[in-house]
Amino acid sequence: MNTRTQVLLWAAQRVSGALLGLFVLVHLAVIIYAVRNGLTAGEILGRTRGNAGWASFYALFAFAVSIHASIGLRAVCTEVLGWQGRGRDFALLMFGVLLFAWGLRAVWAVTGA
Amino acid sequence: MTMKNDYRSHNHPAYWAFVVHRVSGVLLTLYLPVHFWALSQALQGEARLESFLKWTEQPLVKLGEVLLIVLLAAHLTGGVRLLMLEFLAWRGWQKNLLAGAAGATVVIGTAFLLNLL
Repeated sequence: MNTRTQVLLWAAQRVSGALLGLFVLVHLAVIIYAVRNGLTAGEILGRTRGNAGWASFYALFAFAVSIHASIGLRAVCTEVLGWQGRGRDFALLMFGVLLFAWGLRAVWAVTGA
Repeated sequence: MTMKNDYRSHNHPAYWAFVVHRVSGVLLTLYLPVHFWALSQALQGEARLESFLKWTEQPLVKLGEVLLIVLLAAHLTGGVRLLMLEFLAWRGWQKNLLAGAAGATVVIGTAFLLNLL
C-alpha cells in the first residue's frame, strides 16, 4: 500500500473519530435520558419517526462509524492476526460497506418506516 | 524490522489505556450488527420492537447494557485523549488526561446505571 493511501486512512480515522466523539456524546445523553422510565417502542418511535433531523444525524453516525470501525479492525488484523495485503483490505472494505448498509436499514426502521 | 517490547512497558498506565481502547473498539464493532438488527425489528411494526424491548428487561441483558455503555464511554474518552495528544501542543497537564478519561467513563457509566434502575 502506498504512502498516500496510508496517510488518507490515518486522516480518515482521525476525522471520523472526532465526528464520532460528538455523535457519541449526543447518543449517550439521549440514552441516559430515554432509559429513565424504561424503554418503550412507542416512546422511541414517537421521537424518531418522520424526524428528518434524527434521520440525518443517525445516517451520518452510521457512515462515520462504518469508516472508523473498518480502519480500526484493519490495524487489529495486521498487529494481532498478522493479516496483511489486498485480501485483508478487500474484506474490510466489504465489512465497512455492509455495516453502513445495516446501519441505514436500522435508521430507516426507526425514522422512516 | 519488527520492534519488540518487553514486559516493562506493560507496567505503564498508557499501555493499559491502549489495551482498553483496542478491546473496547473491537467489542463495540462486534456489537454494532446486533444493535442494527435490534433496531430493524421496527420494520415489522411497533409491536415487534416492543416485544424485543420486553426481552431486554432481563437482569443479565441489563448488565450487558451497562457494560456496553461503559465500553462506549471508555472508547470515547480514550479517543478524545488520543486526539488531544496528537493534535494539541504538549502541555504538562496532558499526562493527567488518562485520569480524566477514566473518571469521565465512571461518571457516564454510573449515570446510565442510576437511570436504568
